[in-house]
Amino acid sequence: MEEKRNLNCADEKVKNEVDEILKPFTQDKQNLITILNEVQEKYGYIPVIAQSEIAEYLGIPLAEVYGVITFYSRFTLEPKGKYNISVCMGTACFVKGSKEIVERAKEKLGIDVGQTTEDGLFSLDETRCVGACGLAPVFTVNNEVYGKATVKKLDEVLDELMKNN
Amino acid sequence: MGKSIAEIEEIRTKKRAELDLRVNTSADTREKHILVCQGTGCTSAKSPEILENFRRILQEKNIDNVRVVKTGCFGLCSKGPIVIIRPEDIFYSMVTPEDCEEIINSHIVNGQIVERLLCKDVDGTVVKKLDELPFYKKQKRIALKNCGVINPEDIDEYIAFDGFKALTKVLTSMSQDEVIDEVSKSGLRGRGGAGFPTGKKWAFVKMAEGEQKYVVCNADEGDPGAFMDRSILEGDPHALLEAMSIAAYAVGANKGYIYVRAEYPIAVKRLQIAINQEREYGILGENIFGTNFKFDIEIRLGAGAFVCGEETALLESVEGKRGQPRVKPPFPANKGLFQKPTLINNVETYANITGIILNGADWYASIGTETSKGTKVFALGGNVNNVGLVEVPMGTTLREIIYDIGGGIPNNREFKAAQTGGPSGGCIPKEHLDIKIDYENLGSIGSMMGSGGLIVMDDSKCMVNIARFYLDFTVSESCGKCTPCRVGTKRMLEILTKICDGKGEEEDLEKLEVLAENIKKASVCGLGQTAPNPVLSTMKYFKDEYRAHVIDHSCETMECKAMAKIAIDPDKCKGCHLCTKVCPVNAIGGDVREIHYIDQEKCIKCRSCLTKCPFKAIGGGK
Repeated sequence: MEEKRNLNCADEKVKNEVDEILKPFTQDKQNLITILNEVQEKYGYIPVIAQSEIAEYLGIPLAEVYGVITFYSRFTLEPKGKYNISVCMGTACFVKGSKEIVERAKEKLGIDVGQTTEDGLFSLDETRCVGACGLAPVFTVNNEVYGKATVKKLDEVLDELMKNN
Repeated sequence: MGKSIAEIEEIRTKKRAELDLRVNTSADTREKHILVCQGTGCTSAKSPEILENFRRILQEKNIDNVRVVKTGCFGLCSKGPIVIIRPEDIFYSMVTPEDCEEIINSHIVNGQIVERLLCKDVDGTVVKKLDELPFYKKQKRIALKNCGVINPEDIDEYIAFDGFKALTKVLTSMSQDEVIDEVSKSGLRGRGGAGFPTGKKWAFVKMAEGEQKYVVCNADEGDPGAFMDRSILEGDPHALLEAMSIAAYAVGANKGYIYVRAEYPIAVKRLQIAINQEREYGILGENIFGTNFKFDIEIRLGAGAFVCGEETALLESVEGKRGQPRVKPPFPANKGLFQKPTLINNVETYANITGIILNGADWYASIGTETSKGTKVFALGGNVNNVGLVEVPMGTTLREIIYDIGGGIPNNREFKAAQTGGPSGGCIPKEHLDIKIDYENLGSIGSMMGSGGLIVMDDSKCMVNIARFYLDFTVSESCGKCTPCRVGTKRMLEILTKICDGKGEEEDLEKLEVLAENIKKASVCGLGQTAPNPVLSTMKYFKDEYRAHVIDHSCETMECKAMAKIAIDPDKCKGCHLCTKVCPVNAIGGDVREIHYIDQEKCIKCRSCLTKCPFKAIGGGK
């Protein structure tokens, strides 16, 4: 019982926060993607409760909201880890060996691309292009960019993060 | 109340005199400007900290004749972060936040150039000035003219360098048809990739019936490894807005949308600042410059879907829906955004407009080749020394771009192929290095102009693996609307994966070809119609490599790991120890100056050693 009440509290909080995000927008469904971008930005994913709030506000079925979320790769349904490792798979990085870096990250973290470790510490992503092609290959940890990356550099960064947690 | 033309001119005169030192190395002034690149590349390498440090140190030292200016991209991203000091035009490369103090003490205070931060060219010569770099010599900057010159967040700096002159000219002295004629005569074609004549597109929208019309800018630069549009948005956002206003006047629209990737936060922020400034000056809004013309622009964020670069998918996305392409016709010129006549052009296309209006169609048409006029911006990347942004006249050869501008291939490697057009384009082999770049020529050799990504690949790259990389991309980006693309590309990817896993058979090559032709013919939109290009072009030019994969089950470059066994050639190894330093799993044994060896049990085939070896001693076979 106790646990359930906590959950409701959390849901209530998200609901209120999402309502705040929605306020400046008109109830026109062309605003859907802009709204989702803001929610994604705030939470790092799009909680179910946020989806139903948005659907209700814009007067569209929940399925339509879900359909748009799953279409665009920037929107996710699961929370990311405390450290989101994102390896750039743009062509410039790929040509300079970013595949090896992803493979190594998968091996070291024991997760696949798109997954989060059980302790919630790490998640792993492949991104299309960070835009730092001059520094290729590149990976990012949250917003920090690591350029001219090597498998060894990734190892060092991950080891450091693992040690500190 | 907005500004009048006279007021804008007043700002121009005043500001232009103040900024003369930006473009005139012999400017007579005791002022100096420290320009710090704040494009995405340099920002990732701490350039905002550099900017802050300069400001702080100048303040501490009470130096008041030096201004620190944030600018857009200078182009030579591989040497970033870049700092340029004007008027003397001294070019510092790979600057760190710790270097700021020395630059100020030595250069600014004592007039001594900091030699160690000067840029070294590929052959080792030290270059002091931007214009002396071979990287810039063959370039011609039209679309990028203000990038790296002005502060993109200051509308007055844009005005100083001819900003809004073209819009004023159009609104006060040209009819809608005259504007369209000028654009048509210039020969400008769509820079998004397909190369449709821009003037014709504008004419279609003007002729379309309807009270409400829209102007849209496609800034959804999805080609991975391409960043031309981003640099324009970050470095010169007003140029895009001004061109959209001109287009809106010409076709009779009063509302514009810029669809830009959410992954470009700096670009989005600068665009919003630019829009706000133009609204404040009355350059966006009602009765612009005292005329009847009204126009406003809104930003719409994309959310990571490559297909939204396709114009009709983009429109769906602006409307807040899943970005699935519409069947054409009707074309957007007749039924576009919210089913109203809509003009869609790409960022770089717009970036050429003000130059055409101000300098005339004849000037623009005098640059380039018979069928492709003007310049093209390329994002040069991959295995090339000078990674960065280059703008060259159409008709420049690939060899000039890669060797003269790009400085050739690093690590003593050989050129193998150049890829243009991203996932829609093809790989161009050595024998076509001297082809003059234009829409028709690139098409004739199985590639395409595309939006401007140009990835150079050296001889350590496996072409089958590259083809698989692109297919993997298209499969995950296919929107799923039509079967040839959704299912067909998936089947092609499965075959390619099988080949890369060393399980390919000869008949797979034939199957790939048949599938490719069918997907090209039967897909709804450009994504599917061009998705097989990377496979077809590599099969055409690197047939032997494919055959080696399916017949001998071997991959010469060892990128296909299932077939790879990495070993050191004892005859070539000099025992330099470089490979042991990069090996992440300590699989390489052998003392310094002794022949090294790889422990196959430990080796994870990451190829770090292979690309590092200066003697090409690491290789192997089946």
